Amino acid sequence: MSGMIIQGKTGDWEVICGLEIHCQILSKSKIFSGASTHYGSEVNENVSFIDAGMPGMLPTLNEECVSQAVKTGLGLNAKINNYSAFARKNYFYADLPQGYQITQFQYPIVGEGFVKIELENGETKDIGIERLHIEQDAGKSIHDISPTKSFIDLNRAGVGLMEIVTKPDFRSPEEAGAFLRKLRSIVRYLGTCDGNMDEGSMRCDVNVSVRKVGEDGFRTRNEMKNVNSVKFVMQAIEFEARRHVEVYESGGQIEQETRQFNPTTCTTKAMRKKEYAHDYRYFPEPDLPPLVLSDEYINNIKNDMVELPDAKKERFVKELGLTPYDASVICENKEVAEFFEKAASGHDAKKVANWLMGDFFAMLNEKKITLAESPISAENLGALVELVSKNVINGKTAKDVFAIMAATGEAPEKIVEEKGLKQVTDVGAIEKVVDEILANNQANVEAYKAGKTNLIGWFVGQVMKASQGKANPEVVNKLLKQKLG
Amino acid sequence: MMTDLTELTIAEASAGLKKKEFTAVELTEAYIANMDKHRNLNAYVCETPDKAIAQAKISQEKINSGQGGDLEGIPLGIKDLFCTKGIATTACSNILKGFVPPYESTVTANLLQAGANFLGKLNLDEFAMGGSNETSAFGPVINPWSKDVPLVPGGSSGGSAAAVAANMCAAATGTDTGGSIRQPAAFCGVTGIKPTYGRCSRYGIIAFASSLDQAGPIAKDVTDCAIMLKAMAGFDNKDSTSSQQPVPDFCKVLGADIKGMRIGIPKEYRVDGLNSEIASYWDKAAAMLKDKGAEIVEISLPHTKYALAVYYIIAPAEASSNLARYDGLRYGNRVDGEHLDDMYTNSRTAGFGKEVKRRIMIGTYVLSAGYYDAYYLKAQKVRRLIRDDFIKAFEKCDVILTPTAPSAAFAIGDESMQKDPITMWLNDIFTVSVSLAGLPAMSLPIGLNHDGLPLGMQIIGKSFDEENVFKAGYCLEQQAGFKRK
Amino acid sequence: MSIDANTVKKIAFLSHLKIEDDKVAATQEEFNKILQWVDQLKEVDTDNVEPLVSVNNEHLRLRQDEVTEGNQAEAVLANAPVKEYGYFVVPKVVE
Ligand SMILES: [Mg+2]
Ligand SMILES: [Zn+2]
Repeated sequence: MSGMIIQGKTGDWEVICGLEIHCQILSKSKIFSGASTHYGSEVNENVSFIDAGMPGMLPTLNEECVSQAVKTGLGLNAKINNYSAFARKNYFYADLPQGYQITQFQYPIVGEGFVKIELENGETKDIGIERLHIEQDAGKSIHDISPTKSFIDLNRAGVGLMEIVTKPDFRSPEEAGAFLRKLRSIVRYLGTCDGNMDEGSMRCDVNVSVRKVGEDGFRTRNEMKNVNSVKFVMQAIEFEARRHVEVYESGGQIEQETRQFNPTTCTTKAMRKKEYAHDYRYFPEPDLPPLVLSDEYINNIKNDMVELPDAKKERFVKELGLTPYDASVICENKEVAEFFEKAASGHDAKKVANWLMGDFFAMLNEKKITLAESPISAENLGALVELVSKNVINGKTAKDVFAIMAATGEAPEKIVEEKGLKQVTDVGAIEKVVDEILANNQANVEAYKAGKTNLIGWFVGQVMKASQGKANPEVVNKLLKQKLG
Repeated sequence: MMTDLTELTIAEASAGLKKKEFTAVELTEAYIANMDKHRNLNAYVCETPDKAIAQAKISQEKINSGQGGDLEGIPLGIKDLFCTKGIATTACSNILKGFVPPYESTVTANLLQAGANFLGKLNLDEFAMGGSNETSAFGPVINPWSKDVPLVPGGSSGGSAAAVAANMCAAATGTDTGGSIRQPAAFCGVTGIKPTYGRCSRYGIIAFASSLDQAGPIAKDVTDCAIMLKAMAGFDNKDSTSSQQPVPDFCKVLGADIKGMRIGIPKEYRVDGLNSEIASYWDKAAAMLKDKGAEIVEISLPHTKYALAVYYIIAPAEASSNLARYDGLRYGNRVDGEHLDDMYTNSRTAGFGKEVKRRIMIGTYVLSAGYYDAYYLKAQKVRRLIRDDFIKAFEKCDVILTPTAPSAAFAIGDESMQKDPITMWLNDIFTVSVSLAGLPAMSLPIGLNHDGLPLGMQIIGKSFDEENVFKAGYCLEQQAGFKRK
Repeated sequence: MSIDANTVKKIAFLSHLKIEDDKVAATQEEFNKILQWVDQLKEVDTDNVEPLVSVNNEHLRLRQDEVTEGNQAEAVLANAPVKEYGYFVVPKVVE
């Protein structure tokens, strides 16, 4: 059980939560116009007359936004609808130029699906997906330049969005956090959204209610809009759930309302309610006929799908022998998984995984760089593991070689070669060194023979030192034990 | 002494230009002189004589070198609902005061491409909402057929019909949502055709009701309508509702034998109290076609009587959303306010006229929570029944013949029309069902009533079968021998 | 169906149109007349009738994902009643 139970004065309460996530679709141009979606351009530079809601302008649908939504739907194990339709959601806002948002209402492009999440206790849980629909983003209003004026930039207006609505299946902040990380991982794998919550390309609305343990049905929920990090989402759920319990237990009622989460104080507050403001008057978009997708179209996308984290994880466990934990850590991020697979190719995958999750990630952390910036290539990491497996170098030398690789980006073979770090496995050569050490340290030899057998470590150390660390430790051990009797 | 060039039809003027009987500049200047002479009619809201002359000069060069399009050197008037690049476009609303589009509508671009020049922008009912051109922010247009009392030209393309009737342009563009081309054409004794929905691109035409709006020509006769429509129509990938059906050369069917053509007469249109002169012209028109070998068949359109009610739900609903973009933010008239919402409300309250406000509010109401099913959804269902009536009727006939309007032009400020909006709306009783079904329909003058005012007949065709409409229309025109003003 | 004064005010609010208090009653009366007139649709049996959204029979066409517009901030802003630093400017938005 990963559910969160709030122990109140009147008994135990459980948390009910659902999420609505807006994901900006990765595409070159906007969903209904040919303007660029590029982030960070000059003000109002990526604005077509359509995006600006000029009179007489009409929308045309971007094929890429459709295929990205279908891909994402397939990634959510969801039903792709052959028939979907656009609708207008009518409301006035400064950054909504048409006075309505073109979205999907009655007929979304993607129907029900599910996402498997992994929890800390090792359990998994399926979170139901209610629907995914596509729509246009609004522009941006800037309120903090002037005390009396707001400034409007329409560069974002019309960028394609996928709105993903979950079922109210979350029973704890942890589950919601795990879901968001999983969703982000899926869309990044698919390349349908960059998943950056801090840049706003993935935005989360959180619906929370509570109910007594054992109670049927749902109580009134509150919605918190645009909570913009996994951590904040988890905090918002926790705070809001506790608030609901407090209200109920002090004899109050929860009113359906939109609230705002304040990350600094970790609290929520009701947004100013405008009377009738939420009558959106949805109706079918008369400028766009229904969207009809053939099975062939959907199947083509299906056949082109990349391997998703769940499938990859399973394969890494089954075929490469990773532990489920290691596999899920490696598979959360597509680039890491790809890097790993490249590094592990032809080598001992478990050992590669250990290096990757240990020294390699520590190195990235220490250097504060991303995987893409790593001086050590996947091939070189694999080659390093191979050198150890093949007894070309020993484990200790490998650590030194790794440090040089991190500093220079050179191939491990080259480092080993140039620095003469190859481990000596020639028994005759090692025996010469062993004999020398024994001859020069007669006193310790006597002591050993007299029963001070823990001196073996000292002898090994001496031999390794004399061989500059290159002697194969196993051979050294064997010879010493032979000669010392 | 040369004949008055403005008397010439497009076909005649084109022939004259080719034969070098006069130049494009002379033709344009003649029209400009007539615009001056009839300025009292208030047909133009913006005149662009200099541009027209400049364009005519270019046309003349093309004609001289034996090049040029189907409308080379022909001076046209443009309904002020079409966005024209660099020329003020207002929809005859104060809210668009000063708006100069930085883009050209597809229809006007097509006309320019065909060699036409534009004399200016023509008056209309504000946002095309009206049946008498009295809701224009520029004041009413006077019907050139007026005698002692000034009469309305019909609406909403009142400026277009009046300008064509008074030879203030060779032909004009119009738009028709519920009868806005056909009814003014009938009132002004000229010919107009609303093509099948999807024939002409709506890109760059200021939207009234998107699922109904269609552009079409108003011209001196059937032949000119055929020339104009061919130039205006065609697939446009900027309008998702634009049809890919090829555009035939409508001129080719003019004068073709109508022997065996089945002319449908809907029994439900012969309502009690139908104006007896109109009824008798209707009979005469049928007889004329029968004389030429057509077969007259009675048909039934049982749901047509609900068309007006359906129309006055669907059109305002779409309009309420289409007109949300007029908020004083990005273009048009702004009336300031303390906060954004005040500015919106102030700008819209000052900018829209009474009829527009009425329709926005009706549309808002029928889409609002709790009323959608009872009004909007119901209307859409009845709309299907109306369309199905036509589909069934067209199993028995090739075209349908009806009057265009229930009366001749009435006086400006007519009390019964002003008192009750529904009385005004009843002017569209014969045209509106055709719009709901998306069918092509032409109005052509059939004769004069006892006051010497023109009356129109409507010929309705099957979807994308404008050819039969032109065929029957041309035949009826020849038979009726109507003398233009 | 008939509407009350409060509904008239709600519609005006949603439409962003000002309606003076002394005009509410007249508007209400006019609306009720119109609504009464459209109520004739109630006599039509529409059971099992699919709503007709569009007369258009062609499916939605899809556009190639190409950047074909933009870099025209000047034209986009040309008609703006108030603009500053390349932005559209409006009175403060109150949340
Ligand atoms: Mg939502
Ligand atoms: Zn959304």
